[in-house]
Amino acid sequence: MEDLAAAVLGLLGGIVGGLLGVGGGILFVPALTLFQDMPQIEAEATSLLAIVPVAAIAAWRQSSYGNVRVREGLLIGALSPIGVLAGVVVANEVSQRVLELSFAALALYIAARLAISPARGRP
Amino acid sequence: MRRTLQLAAIGTGAGAFSGLFGVGGGTIIVPLLMLWLAYEPREATGTSMAAIAVIATFAAALHAAYGNVDVAAAALVGIPAIGGAVLGIALQQRIPERAISAAFALILVVIAVELIVP
Repeated sequence: MEDLAAAVLGLLGGIVGGLLGVGGGILFVPALTLFQDMPQIEAEATSLLAIVPVAAIAAWRQSSYGNVRVREGLLIGALSPIGVLAGVVVANEVSQRVLELSFAALALYIAARLAISPARGRP
Repeated sequence: MRRTLQLAAIGTGAGAFSGLFGVGGGTIIVPLLMLWLAYEPREATGTSMAAIAVIATFAAALHAAYGNVDVAAAALVGIPAIGGAVLGIALQQRIPERAISAAFALILVVIAVELIVP
């Protein structure tokens, strides 16, 4: 039953991810902590592994619709390890609460920008 | 050159949030591609997926080195998610671009609330 619940959250994470261009970790992590009794760090790590094939197949499907700028996407990915390392260092130096509130403020700012000036271009 | 620097900043930022919060980075990549580089929403989400595949591979490999990865559990959520993503992408081709960016703004608000409420 718990496995079924985790699989259903996985399916929903995939649908949301496919619609919005995110990996689905937003739902994978709670699926693993709530229904597989995993500690947070293991859930995050396992979620990242689950994201790999999801994102790869999603990128392939989107490219068949002509929606992927492959070179720029791969460049973003290739330059991310610097950020990953910086993120881990910062996470160890700054309190988790400060990080959460900073990211919340940033998310709200971006949401407002998207709401005010959505994609410049076609509707 | 300016464009390459912007892509580098997006990659670094997405990687940083991945390291900080254990997510793929799509919540950073998609809006920045739209706001900085004038990507259409569908193009931003598609390109984000290619970037996430690379970022998640790095991050998962790093976590695996620490022995934190459970392959069976990853398959349990990941395999249904592949089907879900194919479905979500097919659906996405049928809705207006405006709806995609509006839905993304909504998700960001949900994430912000989740972060603020302890």
